[in-house]
Amino acid sequence: MNVPHETAHHAGAVHDEATLKGYMIGFALSVVLTAIPFWLVMSGAIASKPVTAVAITAFAAVQIVVHMVFFLHMTSHAENGWTLMALIFTVIMVVIALTGSLWVMYHLNVNMMPVHAMSRSP
Amino acid sequence: MSVIAVSTAAPGNDAAPVFHLEHEHEHPESASTMLGFWIYLMSDCLIFAILFATFGVLGGNYAAGPGPKDLFDLNLVALNTTMLLLSSITYGFAVLSMQQSRTSATLIWLAVTGLFGIGFVGVELHEFAHMIHEGATPQRSAFLSSFFALVGTHGLHVTCGLVWMTTLMVQVGMHGLVEANRRRLMCLSMFWHFLDVVWIGVFTFVYLMGMLR
Repeated sequence: MNVPHETAHHAGAVHDEATLKGYMIGFALSVVLTAIPFWLVMSGAIASKPVTAVAITAFAAVQIVVHMVFFLHMTSHAENGWTLMALIFTVIMVVIALTGSLWVMYHLNVNMMPVHAMSRSP
Repeated sequence: MSVIAVSTAAPGNDAAPVFHLEHEHEHPESASTMLGFWIYLMSDCLIFAILFATFGVLGGNYAAGPGPKDLFDLNLVALNTTMLLLSSITYGFAVLSMQQSRTSATLIWLAVTGLFGIGFVGVELHEFAHMIHEGATPQRSAFLSSFFALVGTHGLHVTCGLVWMTTLMVQVGMHGLVEANRRRLMCLSMFWHFLDVVWIGVFTFVYLMGMLR
């Protein structure tokens, strides 16, 4: 039984990147990237709501990347790149589903609304 | 990995038939588990994408009922976010302990992670109970239907993760950090960190954006 060797060999592709330093960097970045959007909304530091919305979206996007890299250990070479391929495919699907739904339904709302309600449309 | 590379490269180098049975024996039966589990997570990601899209479309339809500002308490959301983030780092410590083959340390960090997870689900259930008590039930408006569907699905995932974690703690306690348990712990690690990624979307687009509406 060469269990330690076997472990290092087979599972290494996934968790040889797991280090204390990596987790601590990821955690510190996540705390900052979570605290700032909460502070922005709770204090109303930016007067313009659309600007605040764009800012917190940007912080969320960066934090998702931080989690992917430091916690989920996404690398381009894990599993011969197939995890990254699956991720890219999923991101494309998610973007199509989200933007498509919002786009189509927004126009449906605007165009199908009774005339007297048009003034209240977003 | 190397098997594929060798078997495709070798016929090009010399035409003699090459059989790589000895390489296949070196590969454990579960060599593709991590990739398979990752693909499951990606399909789960699509479920959440659809729920986010539904919330994005319906999130403004209050049907003259209560809106986000009447219902959400950002202090509770911040507490929940903190607990989930702390549970992510403590699961990381469990993985590091597992790599050093320290069984009891692994179990302790898993227990700490589980407690944070229970805290998260507890606060979320408290929030739901409070909302339903105020009449903000899923039937009240399209906004609340899509809210409970999205946040409830995430909470259900965390609950399943907690059941899985408990099961694995019993497994590790009984059999130690054997190869199969290490693999399962890494799968749960991906699942747990993935749920934290989904929660980033939830607290940003549901709670923080809701307060901006």
